[in-house]
Amino acid sequence: MTEDVILEVRRLTKTFGGIMAVCDVSLEVRRGEFVGIIGPNGSGKTTLINLITGFVKPTSGKVLYKGQDITGKPPYEIACLGIARTFQMARTLHKLPAFKNLIVPLCSPRVRKFRGGKYGERDDIAIDILDDLGFERDSFVPYKIAGTLPHGYLKRLDLARCIALRPELLILDELFSGMAMSEVAATLPMLEKFHREGLTIIMVEHRLRELFRVANRVMVMNFGQKIADGPPQKVMEMEEVQKAYLGTEVEE
Amino acid sequence: MAEGEKYRKERLDRGIKARSDTIYVLASSRDLLYLLMPRALPVALLILLPILLHGTYWEKVLFYSCIFGLLALSWDFMNSVGLVSLGQALFFGAGAYFAGALNHYLGWPIFLTIPAGTIGGALICTALLVPVVRLRGVYFSIVTLILPLLFAHLIETLEILGGTHGLLSLSAYPSGWIAIYLAVGALLLALFGFRKILDEDFGMILRGIRDDDRVVMAAGVNIYWYKAQSIFLAAAVGSFAGALMTHYYQFVGRSVLALDYTILPLAAVVLGGPGSFAGAALGSFILVPLSEALRAMGGLRMALYGLILIGALAALPEGIFHYLQRRYHQFERMVKV
Repeated sequence: MTEDVILEVRRLTKTFGGIMAVCDVSLEVRRGEFVGIIGPNGSGKTTLINLITGFVKPTSGKVLYKGQDITGKPPYEIACLGIARTFQMARTLHKLPAFKNLIVPLCSPRVRKFRGGKYGERDDIAIDILDDLGFERDSFVPYKIAGTLPHGYLKRLDLARCIALRPELLILDELFSGMAMSEVAATLPMLEKFHREGLTIIMVEHRLRELFRVANRVMVMNFGQKIADGPPQKVMEMEEVQKAYLGTEVEE
Repeated sequence: MAEGEKYRKERLDRGIKARSDTIYVLASSRDLLYLLMPRALPVALLILLPILLHGTYWEKVLFYSCIFGLLALSWDFMNSVGLVSLGQALFFGAGAYFAGALNHYLGWPIFLTIPAGTIGGALICTALLVPVVRLRGVYFSIVTLILPLLFAHLIETLEILGGTHGLLSLSAYPSGWIAIYLAVGALLLALFGFRKILDEDFGMILRGIRDDDRVVMAAGVNIYWYKAQSIFLAAAVGSFAGALMTHYYQFVGRSVLALDYTILPLAAVVLGGPGSFAGAALGSFILVPLSEALRAMGGLRMALYGLILIGALAALPEGIFHYLQRRYHQFERMVKV
């Protein structure tokens, strides 16, 4: 194991009753990588993310982050170690103004460690982060109640909450689903920028064209198992992946 | 309106230069008064009422209103963190018994038993509820509902803390003014204190937990620690009310753990409108005097009380306070469709 492995998933398994949601999955992510996770619906991608971030406890297996065993730790401790994740269904604090959503990560022990920050000061930091992510400050978008914003904004608000936590590893669960093409086109360069600045990103995505533009490695899952791992082009050429992901041809 | 033409109601904000949570740009003293009066008037009235009602039966009603107001505020605060409590009687009883026992067994004077009852009662309640903060929704509520009933039974069967007779002849307030102004002062402090807390960064986390606790966890915040802190604050307010009442009655018995101290504050919040704290206080200042005014009705009192409550809820489901607030900040007019 080299030192620059930021996340190591060792033979992770999760069963819900008799269903194998994730089955014996191993994965190594090196610092600075941009890893895509793809697979058909129900193949265990979201469960894998929930296992890594502590929202679901694994049946067996281990998760190591920077060499430290984080298996079974509560989600808030894992987040404070520097793993931030978005939710598939864009979960936000819908009754608060958009920028107040970021007050929560800015109050977390992780961010407090980096800089002090008083009441009021955090508001400015929050609005700056949102402005960078395309919440137009001049038209008062950051001040609107989160629940009244369009879906694309909610997805980006979810992302902004992660960025506010100053993560080292960012896990995106179908960030682009439900986003308009123009929004995807605007968000993609931001992700590339974060990646260039040294952020390690794991991205679960169904929009393959966009994913392959940014990801330098892709892992494919099917029925809870890892069936392929490698550079995007090579992986998509594999017959097994095409079968699982695109379906087999119907004989006429 | 001419026949055949359809109209609809339109609501417009009253003209004021700026009105928002964070920006204050005031143009004139008129605007200043517009924002200040809804706060200043009730405060002034509350401070004057003990003087106006001094020596009458209604002074006592004012005191009870404040006590139930404190419990209603305590409920509303827990609710704004997403903890739906059915056990305000637990907070009330803990404070009442803590202060009563210190006074009865150790002979502590009032100015020590009330603060000690507040802190001690709050600590006991927090310790009892912390193991169940992981429960959500109705599961948490059920535990809070059971705990005060459990303690009432324990006191009865084990004959501790005075058993069924209660603790008698506790110290009285040196003057009636102290009791009433302690109650009024605490009510105002809790009302504006809770409002302030929920507007600050700390409050954003609490409101966030209510909205979606998984998001708050994903943002690296230990929700259980924040829930415990909110329970402590809410319990302290409830326990203070209990301690205050103990010395007002100069008696503490199992009745302080009764369902009344859970249901009435809850009804007050629902009537006044949850989420604003002002609604909780307003609700108690309507319900408690109403229930006293109906005393003349004899046996029909509770039935009539219930009918009025149901009628009010059906007419104004948003709560009286939110209705008044809307009418104050907006005006309605009919516009042609």
